[in-house]
Formats: sequence, C-alpha cells, structure tokens
Amino acid sequence: MSNKDAYWNKTKNHMIVTLVLWAFFSLVIFMFGSELNTMSFLGYPLAYYMTAQGSLLAFVIILFWTANKQEKIDEEHGFSEREDD
Amino acid sequence: MFKGDFIQNLPKIYGTYTGGFLVFIILMALAEQAGVSAKNIGVMFVAFTVLIYALIGYLSRTIQVDAYYVAGRQVPTVFNGMATAADWMSGASFVALAGGVYFGGYTYMAFLVGWTGGYVLVATLMAPYLRKFGCYTVPDFIGTRYGGNLVRACAVFVLFIASFTYVTAQINATGTIASRALGIPFEAGVWVGLISILICSMLGGMRAVTWTQVAQYIVLIIAYLIPVFWISSNVGGGIFPHLMLGDEVARLGELEQQFGLVKNSAADMKAAGVPGGLKYISGSHSGVPEGGMAVWKYLSLAICMMVGTASLPHILMRYFTTPTVRAARKSVAWSLFFIFLLYSSAPMLATLSKLALMDPNLPTGIIGKSISDVQSIEWVQRWSEVKQVFIADFNGDGILQLNEWFMRGDVVVLATPEVAGLPFVISGLVFAGGMAAAMSTADGLVLAISNALSHDIYYKIINPKAETSKRLLVARVLLVIIGAAGAYIASFRLTSILGSVAWAFDFAMSGLFFPLVLGVWWKRATREGAIAGIIAGIVSGTVYLTWVFPKFSVPLWGGVNTPFLGIDHLRFGLIGAPICLVVMVVVSLMTKEPSPATQKLVDDTRIPTGKAILGKQH
Repeated sequence: MSNKDAYWNKTKNHMIVTLVLWAFFSLVIFMFGSELNTMSFLGYPLAYYMTAQGSLLAFVIILFWTANKQEKIDEEHGFSEREDD
Repeated sequence: MFKGDFIQNLPKIYGTYTGGFLVFIILMALAEQAGVSAKNIGVMFVAFTVLIYALIGYLSRTIQVDAYYVAGRQVPTVFNGMATAADWMSGASFVALAGGVYFGGYTYMAFLVGWTGGYVLVATLMAPYLRKFGCYTVPDFIGTRYGGNLVRACAVFVLFIASFTYVTAQINATGTIASRALGIPFEAGVWVGLISILICSMLGGMRAVTWTQVAQYIVLIIAYLIPVFWISSNVGGGIFPHLMLGDEVARLGELEQQFGLVKNSAADMKAAGVPGGLKYISGSHSGVPEGGMAVWKYLSLAICMMVGTASLPHILMRYFTTPTVRAARKSVAWSLFFIFLLYSSAPMLATLSKLALMDPNLPTGIIGKSISDVQSIEWVQRWSEVKQVFIADFNGDGILQLNEWFMRGDVVVLATPEVAGLPFVISGLVFAGGMAAAMSTADGLVLAISNALSHDIYYKIINPKAETSKRLLVARVLLVIIGAAGAYIASFRLTSILGSVAWAFDFAMSGLFFPLVLGVWWKRATREGAIAGIIAGIVSGTVYLTWVFPKFSVPLWGGVNTPFLGIDHLRFGLIGAPICLVVMVVVSLMTKEPSPATQKLVDDTRIPTGKAILGKQH
C-alpha cells in the first residue's frame, strides 16, 4: 500500500470516529431526552442542559481535537504543510 | 503607528478597535446621564458603527482577482473564525433566537444543536478539501471536479435559490433595525441597510467583507453578552448565568405548574384581535415532550439544520480564504467557538427574561397581576403601541394569565434590558449589535450569489477570455443588482411569502450536500451522476415543499396535505437530500467511471500538501 493510500485510510477512519462522536452528541442522546431529563447537571435537567449548552460545547471540543489529530496524521505521512505558510 | 504589514498587525488593529468601541459605549452612557435623548443615542450607535464598517470596506478595496474572490487567501485562523461567526449569525439569530427558546423551550432548541453540530460536518467532510482544491466559489469546485458547464450551472442554480431565500430575510432584518434605530419608515430603512451592505462589499469583495465581518463580530458579541450578564446579576441569577441558572430553570417549572400551560383556540385569539406574529407560552421550558413523534420531530429538525449548514455556500466559501489546509480545519473550530459564545447565551437570556415576567415575587413580574396595573407599566405601553405586545383577558377575571400575554419573539432581546431596569445605552448597544449581525450575513450572502454568477456563469461559461478588470466590473455590477433585487423584494414585505429562513438550509441540503461530499469521498461519482442528483434533489425537495406548505398546497394541489412522516415545510430537505443521494449513486454506477485525470485530481484534493488543483489566479 502506498503512503498516500495509508494516509487516506487513516484519514477516513479518523473521519468515521469524529462522525460517531458527532452523532452521539447531536442525535443519540436526544433519543433519550425524557430519560435524561430525570438526571441533573449543574442543577439543570440533563437533556435541557445538553441542548442548551452541553452538546454545543461538545462540538467545539470535538472540532479542536479532530483538527489536532488530523495534523498528527499529516505529519506521520509527511503531508504536513510548511510552518510559514 | 504600526510596523510590519496589515496581517501581522491584526491583533493590534482589532484590539484598538475593540477598546475604541468600549470607550464609545462609555461616552454614550455619559451622554445619557447628561440628558441626551434615548432616540439620539440609538441613532449614534448605529451611525457610528456603520461608518466604521464603511471605512474598513473602503480601505480594503482591491483590483486583484484573488483578493476579490478569496481575500488573497491570507486570513489567519482565528480571524477567519470571527468572520465566519458573523457571516453565520444573522439578524434573525441575534434578535429572534432567544425569543424562539422563550416560546418553544426544549423543542425549539433542536435549532441550537442543528446550527452548531453542522460545523462538525463542515470540518470533517468539506472545508479542508475545498480549500486544497483552490476554488473561488462552491460551484467552481463542482464544475471542475465533475467537469462541464451544465453541472456548474446546476450548482449555481441551487446556490442561487438557497442564498436568495436567505438574503431577503436578512435585508428585511437590516431594514427593520435601521428603521427602529433611526426612526425612519421601514421602506427607507431597507434601502439604508442595502447601501450600508454594498459599501462594505463592493470595492473589496471578499477581502472587504472579511475585515468588516471581523469588526461586526466584535460589536455583535459585546452587544449580546453585556446585557445577558448584566440582567442576570440584576434579577438575582448570579454573575455567570451559564453555570448558575439551575434554580431558575427549576423555578420556571414550578411557575408553569402554578399558572398552567393552556392552549388558546384560534377562534378565541381571532375574536380578541391578537396581532399577527405575536405568541404566548404554551409549552414547557425545560420539559421534554413525550412520545416517539416528538423525538423524531426534534431529531429531524436537527438533521436538516446540520446537513444544511454543511451545504450553505456563503459559509463554505469562508474557508477558501485561509492560508493553508491546516488553517482551514482549525478555523472551523474557532468559528464554532465564537458562535458558541452567543448560542449558549440565548437560552440563558430566554430563561432570565421569562422568569422576570413570570415570577410574581420579582418586582418585574406581570403574570398573575391585575391587567390594569400591567397596562400602566411604561414599557408595556410603549411596546403595545407598536403592536409588539398584546393582552387579551379571555376569562374576563381582570388578572393576567400566562395564556393571555402575547409578545413578539424579538421583544425578548430588544426589551428585556429595559424590563430588567438597565439604562437605555444598553438598548442602543443592542440595536448596533442587531444591525451588525444582519449586515454581516447579508454581505456574505450577496457576495456568494454575485461571485457565483460573475465567476462561474460569466467568466467560466460566457466569456472565458475576459480580462481581470472586466471580470471585476461584472462582479461589482452583479453585486449591486442582487442586493437591489433583495431589497426590492424586502421593501414589499413579500418575505412572509418567501417563507422561513430554514428553507435555505433545506434547499442547500437537497441540491448540494451529496454532490460536494461525494466529489471528495467517492472517486466513482461521475458528471452525469452529479447532474442527475442535483436536479432530482432540488426538484423533489421543492415539489414536496409546495405539497406540504399550506400557502402553496391550496392553490397548487387543491387542499391542505398531512406531512409525510412528520416531515413538514421546515424539514423538506429530508425528502430532497436522500433522493439526490440515490439518484447520484445509481446514475454514477450506470455511467462510465471518471477519467484517470479526474481520479488523480480527487487524489490530490485529499492530500494537504502540493499544488492546489486550481491556480492562484484562475
């Protein structure tokens, strides 16, 4: 397998992991809204907290994490862009 | 004053600008103390900020093609994040989001998740690859990847429908805010708004829009956060509302029990003469509605908004302006961070505002009080006069019940500072923020449309030999025409016919999402597949919309239709996008696989390093 193919496989897997996390915070947890709302976080009902703030924050964290991880994959395969670009 | 070039000095320049804006707020506060009228303060806030944007627009003028289309691809990560956030958060988000949460509670907040979660799709599936490709516009990618004028024209068509639906609403918002702040008629406000928008974008294209959007983000976020924090500490919500409103949310639940959530009949509301567009609270604030259909309604709305976000050209094109692929990825993360600051505050503002009105123990509470007392409150009188609030005593007991208090959603943002006893300078600040939000989105949209027409239709299809000066002239003329067309429609208030902002997301997802994603992620996708997919997606989505939306279905289909599987007019992308996918895959597999040159082009797109597919100037 060429370096390019190996790079693309890793990138693809990384994409899938990111989208699984995304689906968890955007869709899966809201399938159980009424169950979650019986629990509380910071004094808020949990499902309310997640839709008002929690999932939004999770997306921000996912995006920074995924960008950093992808940069590492770039580096490993020598596809990292120059610093001064 | 500044050494080095403009880009290196950005933090200093915008730091100075932010400091200057804060000084201006303090000066206005002093002016209010000195007796300057509330109206003049509003005028000064809007005039001062718009003049600054115009100045930035003028200073960013350019005669370079790549500066005009992609800001010279030198916008640093964090600044592009701010510009995208301003591009994204429209006048509607600014004034209506908190109101939506106020009335819709948990169910409405599917929009919050949808309008933020979409950025994960942008970052993983689209932005870095489109940046590597080196296109100027979204149809530029589709046209080059699949090859041919027809597929390019199809993409321009979808872009036009989606963005134009959106832009009239934005010019409408600009006009509303300009008319209220400047005290001029709405029709005049629309044209004042349009001129402000054009000054910011015409001379410098994307470069000018970028640097004004950064300035507009700073104004709008200050204008949103200061009132939220201030109101919170004024009504006893704590200094940091995001982490401290648990008790308040619980209290709202108790009050809902106490007053009862009653649904008014349409006949009662009509008989009482409730003005159009005003709403009352009939749903729970934090409670999750029971049942599978309610869950599906939430999820389907979130899906449409997320996938739509990842297909909206005016957002995707912001990531063409970063210096590198890596910067494009990081920039998506920063964009969402800056959006998060406002979006996470909207539910807090809604909670505080609702509590201020509902809690009888607070001095600001009005529900459960006698109607004659409430009608003598100054802000209630003022907003009643302009038909933004309304009281209907359905049960005739002289006491204001929860279902008897009607209000327009915008009032939550525009009047809460007043209700909670903040000085007028804050209301002036809120006007400036709303104006910044509406202008920045309108700018981005008008530019997205006119760039697609000038680059993809004029230069790539009609006259490929055009010289730079002629291309830029055409681009500017189109910008003025598109802006004027949007303002013309907005000035007739036809926007109620054009429908909801959510439609833009559904149109974009129906026609563009899969052609963009598969263009990068599936080498086997062919030109014929893309053309068939785009047409099938946009046509099926649009036909479904006319079928399901009562205003269209009655004349066209002879009656009101029940939405299929709960897919109503806000969610019609769920019909268009899957059809687009299926048609695109089937037709691609039936046609000859793309040429080796096209496959190599896709391979190159997937790797951050190496030359862009399209040259620096093309």
